[in-house]
Amino acid sequence: MSTTGHHVVLRTSPHLRETPTVDVIMRNVVYALLPIVAFSIYQFGISVLALVLVCVGTCIAVEHLVCRWSHRPTTVNDWSVTITGLLLALTLPPGFPLWMAMVASVAGVGLGKLFFGGLGYNVMNPALIGRAFAQAAFTAPMTTWVPILAPDRFTSFIPSTFTLPFLRPESIQPWLEVVAPDGFSGATPLALMKFEQVPTDSLQLLLGSTAGSAGETSALLILLCGAYLVYRRMMEVRVTISVLVVAALTTLVFYLIDGDKYPGPLFMLCSGGLMLGAVFMATDMVASPVTPLGVWIYGGLIGFITIIIRLFGGLSEGIMYAILLANACSPLISSLTQPRRYGAPKKKGAA
Amino acid sequence: MFDLLKFLRPSGTFSHGIHPAENKHFTAHLPIRRLPFAPELVLPLSQHFGAPSESLVHPGQEVVRGEPIAKANGFMSVPLHAPATGRIKRIELMPTAKGPRTPSILLEVYPGDSQEVRYDAPRDYTTMEPKAIVQAVQDTGLVGLGGAAFPTHVKLSPPQGHHVHTVLINGCECEPFLTTDHRVMLEYPEDLIRGTKILMKALGAERAIIGTEENKMDAVAAIQAHLPTDGPISVQAVPTKYPQGAEKMLAKALMGVEIPSGNFPSSVGLGVFNVASTAELGALFPHSRGVIERVVTVTGPGIEKPGNYLVPIGTPVGFILKQLGFTGTSNCLIMGGPMMGGSVASLAVPMTKGSGGLLVLTEQILEQQQRDAVSYPCISCAQCVAACPMHLNPSQLGKLAHKHRYEEMQGDFHLMDCFECGCCSYVCPSGIPLVQYFRIAKSSLREQAARERAAAS
Repeated sequence: MSTTGHHVVLRTSPHLRETPTVDVIMRNVVYALLPIVAFSIYQFGISVLALVLVCVGTCIAVEHLVCRWSHRPTTVNDWSVTITGLLLALTLPPGFPLWMAMVASVAGVGLGKLFFGGLGYNVMNPALIGRAFAQAAFTAPMTTWVPILAPDRFTSFIPSTFTLPFLRPESIQPWLEVVAPDGFSGATPLALMKFEQVPTDSLQLLLGSTAGSAGETSALLILLCGAYLVYRRMMEVRVTISVLVVAALTTLVFYLIDGDKYPGPLFMLCSGGLMLGAVFMATDMVASPVTPLGVWIYGGLIGFITIIIRLFGGLSEGIMYAILLANACSPLISSLTQPRRYGAPKKKGAA
Repeated sequence: MFDLLKFLRPSGTFSHGIHPAENKHFTAHLPIRRLPFAPELVLPLSQHFGAPSESLVHPGQEVVRGEPIAKANGFMSVPLHAPATGRIKRIELMPTAKGPRTPSILLEVYPGDSQEVRYDAPRDYTTMEPKAIVQAVQDTGLVGLGGAAFPTHVKLSPPQGHHVHTVLINGCECEPFLTTDHRVMLEYPEDLIRGTKILMKALGAERAIIGTEENKMDAVAAIQAHLPTDGPISVQAVPTKYPQGAEKMLAKALMGVEIPSGNFPSSVGLGVFNVASTAELGALFPHSRGVIERVVTVTGPGIEKPGNYLVPIGTPVGFILKQLGFTGTSNCLIMGGPMMGGSVASLAVPMTKGSGGLLVLTEQILEQQQRDAVSYPCISCAQCVAACPMHLNPSQLGKLAHKHRYEEMQGDFHLMDCFECGCCSYVCPSGIPLVQYFRIAKSSLREQAARERAAAS
């Protein structure tokens, strides 16, 4: 203003913005993931801690270096790559060799995100790209599970964690015999159900006292962490609801057809990575549709495909490919479900 | 059954929209007070939507407060009246809030002039024909005081084949900070009701609804005290939400109807008028007077004495700041509200008929500037889609605007339905200037259309 000697500020409206920015939202997602990480470390010990640190560290380093090489300001301070690292770590088996986790992180952030242009331009969820890469490249370690609450979990690592780069991990069988003398089946509840028709108690699944990937064990905890984000209005809860509802309904249909062969809805919802996927990965804003109707369709698609893969596919778990497939469909879903604008002329005939 | 359906349908408001901090507590409780005359008034000939007025005066001429000093140039134009007794200094280009300098009449006010208006020719609307009322309304120079400054008499002449059965008086004032309409409803309910009756008579409307937001229940009570319960005029409060004050949103909230894209409200039998304009009409019409002053909310943390002031049209903003104590740390002045108002480049800019607020922000602007400096790519969070009251897809529009694909924006994504409320920019966590992009796109498209018309003729 001329009376004060300051520069006059000319802006265009709106002059006030009070809603959280991208970095605040992403940081809160990280906060919401931390309890899940902590619970996983409590269950599986320092191997998971190392896994998380390696994944997050590698993801951040890749993004930072790629930004530097392409002469752009670094984008690691928007926190989105931290989420990718955490989510990737949570989807890997607790004893996953660290060098493989690094490869998966490079693939996820490099191919899944930066290759497309970074935050906002990636077609699919980068963490899941990393996991899909690992699943294809390291099949055996990706299905090597360990028991929870091993007695020495806070003092020693799972033997496979420190496998030397480019080497196959040694068998963890001797270690397993020490930590779980009563015998450990080495399978997740989903695999037990699918391949051996052995059901697992739903309460155990809800509380997370079962084997599985680092972060996919306690459905209840994941729901609570998701509830925090919903409370802060930082998560698309409609996606989560539609994934869970459609998954439950699809399961219910088959359960009613043949209850002996197919598991019930509660088991399906609480087992495997469905809850983590529905709450934290399907809701990845970038790779999901923007239209209100599209969001429901997208979530429903994920729920449906997950159950179909679980029941009829070769894999015991289907959430990862379901989300990746729905991610690929989301631009199409968006463009087919444009909202009806206010005051739009009535539809003419059947058109 | 009928009631059940009504219960299921979301009524009483529109869908989407946002809830910005209201900040009306600075001034909502303060009665309207007068400001003294500035030594010199600046009266742009174009203060309204439509053709600029044509000056009737010459430099050196003496004018009396209330006397016409410019006449309407055609139907889509209004006259201008002298806000104070004084001498015409000159007619020249002066800065305005909109930006470019426009021809303005400079009036040197005689010191010591009283604020009484001596101009008076009694007129009774009850005995007048609708056509005569429309002409008389044009003579008052009245335009939409809510900000758009659309000539009121034009709205009173709906296109052939449109019959307005209901008049909606818009007292929502959904812009944060502003309390002009609120105070007008509280303090001038009789003028407001008279103005409503004049509008109904001119349009042949059967009923009228004065709509306001639920944060102004005292105003509802004040108006209701002057209304019979079974009369054609009623008052209704709708949920407080931005941009409830847009006429399309108000039509949806009060009547449950949508105004079709590209049409006037009269196409669905509605006439929508701003509450301050209506009260002004009710005050001016019986005396054949013209608009010479208006209520302005001067507010914000940068003002020592915020309040609602009756300001003569043409008062430079610098004068208002000096009168009301400018704390001197601010460097951003906003004419209008924070959501749709424009920032002012010069202290010489005058208050015009359409300016209902003067907002002086201090720290908030620094904060906003810091936010402006950081922007992220669109993360498709769909906050803008959930906020857009027109149910457009600002996310997609923004991406297209970034690539200058304006025609696609217009053709496939209905850019021209955007009325620039700014909800999308307000909610965008990435800080993408969406509505700003859309303004550029729209003006570029309009220019192109004008060029094509010129080439074709």
